[in-house]
Amino acid sequence: MKIHEYQGKQLFRTAGVAVPEGIVAKTPAEAAQAFETLGGSLAVVKSQIHAGGRGKGTFQEFPEQRGVVLVRSAEEARANAERMLGSTLVTIQTGPEGKQVNTLFVEQGLDIARELYLGIVVDREVGGPVLIMSSEGGMEIEAVAKETPEKILSEPFDAAAGLYPYQARKLAYALGLDDAAVRSAEKFLPRICRFFVDADCSMTEINPLVVTSDGQLVALDAKVSFDDNALFRHKSLVELRDLSEEDPAEVRAADTGLSYVKLDGNIGCLVNGAGLAMSTMDLIKLHGGEPANFLDVGGGASEDQVTEAFRIILADSNVKAVLVNIFGGIMRCDVIVAALLNAYEKVGFSVPLVVRLEGTNVEQAREMLKASGRDIITATDLTDAAEKVVQSLQA
Amino acid sequence: MSILVSRSTRVITQGITGRTGLFHAQQCRAYAAECQPGVDVFVGGVTPGKGGTTVDDFPVFNSVIEAREKTGANTSMVFVPPPFCADAILEAADAGMELIVAITEGIPVMDMLRVRRGLEKSSSRLIGPNCPGVITPGIAKIGIMPGYIHRPGTIGIISKSGTLTYEAAWQLGRVGLGQSTAVGIGGDPINGTNYIDLLKMFQDDPGTEGILMIGEIGGSAEQEAAEYIRSSVTKPVAGFIAGQTAPPGKRMGHAGAIISGGGGTAAEKMAALRDVGVVVSDSPGGMGEAMKTAMAG
Repeated sequence: MKIHEYQGKQLFRTAGVAVPEGIVAKTPAEAAQAFETLGGSLAVVKSQIHAGGRGKGTFQEFPEQRGVVLVRSAEEARANAERMLGSTLVTIQTGPEGKQVNTLFVEQGLDIARELYLGIVVDREVGGPVLIMSSEGGMEIEAVAKETPEKILSEPFDAAAGLYPYQARKLAYALGLDDAAVRSAEKFLPRICRFFVDADCSMTEINPLVVTSDGQLVALDAKVSFDDNALFRHKSLVELRDLSEEDPAEVRAADTGLSYVKLDGNIGCLVNGAGLAMSTMDLIKLHGGEPANFLDVGGGASEDQVTEAFRIILADSNVKAVLVNIFGGIMRCDVIVAALLNAYEKVGFSVPLVVRLEGTNVEQAREMLKASGRDIITATDLTDAAEKVVQSLQA
Repeated sequence: MSILVSRSTRVITQGITGRTGLFHAQQCRAYAAECQPGVDVFVGGVTPGKGGTTVDDFPVFNSVIEAREKTGANTSMVFVPPPFCADAILEAADAGMELIVAITEGIPVMDMLRVRRGLEKSSSRLIGPNCPGVITPGIAKIGIMPGYIHRPGTIGIISKSGTLTYEAAWQLGRVGLGQSTAVGIGGDPINGTNYIDLLKMFQDDPGTEGILMIGEIGGSAEQEAAEYIRSSVTKPVAGFIAGQTAPPGKRMGHAGAIISGGGGTAAEKMAALRDVGVVVSDSPGGMGEAMKTAMAG
């Protein structure tokens, strides 16, 4: 689960991690008021969407307007907010369709001496969390890693013990920070690492992490995402979820306990198991088709869940054919067929349907399909299924 | 011969009083009874607070250590729900279980980091979590795979994915190959046993003549396995990588299956494996044929 920058900064503040003063604004008047309240001569107005690249991004409605702007008066804050709120911001991470901006974050301007990069992830190979820092703040970290890998510093730390102060100093000296900033890093870095572990983050990124002219480390950005599997123990974090930032079909699927990712093709897929679902997409592509989605109904889906899965697939108007590929282990083939026939009743199929079944209770399931008298194309194996579904589009 | 599961394997099920735990304990018991008539392989279960009762003739114990003392079990199959699963795995290790097979899906990553740390001091081997389990066809299965698709034979399967393992076993059957042992290592970012551990075991197992390795996008475990194959595996290896069409930044069901920062793509992994002589199938429909080709080469 991802959250907005302003939400991440509120969590940082609670965790003792330094952030600039900032105020949320949902109207141009609030933006102007925020500038007054902050009281400085300079403020930054930042679009709040779940995507990076906002500073360089522009609005569809106002091509000259950037997603993050520096303002020097309340009036300037209001004028920018009027163009930004309700408009569509396009960045390198949003795709060409962009994202509507509903919230702004107005922040005090800082006297910046240096810009650094900070990221924390769980490294699978190390088997633990790793704090990543770089002197190249504000840059795309992937590009830095590729072009100047020597500028990336990685410091694994123990999840239970946290980052030790000596590790913070090691990084600070390697980044060439002055004495005041080293002392600030000794506090800042262990705290952000503690936050990462305590909140069950899957990623925390601060880009840029700035050093102010008086030697304080301050998080100028906050990109935080959480481990979905751990949300059960973070009720307050769940409340930060912004559904308007997510694909409605993906939300609906997740609520039903299904794993669904929308894609651009026209062949809907319903598969059990993530590996087989990915493979089914691969196979469709190999045979010249384009998958419309990834959909894993999981190991123990009920008939209702599978019916809902069919509804989600068929609600996508791009879908011109459906491929069902089930290898029943926990998932029984007869449950899939019962749901399939149920979906025929309740949802109606106007597109060709190819079904490939194997595994637990497959004989019973095949009998049910045959007895139904429905116009369903059956396939004997994976390759046969992919060929038939691609052919069905041409018919 | 086989790896991990043999005739001396005795299994308890943690979380046996849950619906899924009981169902699969029953399925596993039935499979073992067919393979080894008259031998009790699945000897009981553990649910704290329900010790002293029985479910469908399985004795239930309060703790793994009690279950081990009373039944002689050396293996645990874990179906405990995600919030409590890491603790259950650590309990099994503490009780001296040689093999722990964790089926549970959805354990928080931070919990698995604690488990990994805890297992460093233990001699227990963890398979999973979020995996279908382990089967040595003709001996026993510890997990949720359908028994009938697996035939005894000489191919070792190592896979991140459950249903794709079934698919592979089924395809092997169609080209006349069975399995020594099939192992699902799970699709989570942090797991107990990786490709390299199992490649080594299969390489050392006289009953295994070839290895089928099934990977997916995310991380770099397949690339590291390729390095290991180059240096230390002399048996023929075939492979497949799922997720060639997966878009970057999207989690494809498994917590570990995500292409991030341009790394972990299927193309990279396939190239790394081909580079060390692994016969890699482009199509998931060609895994059986790829294995046959590798064996003939």
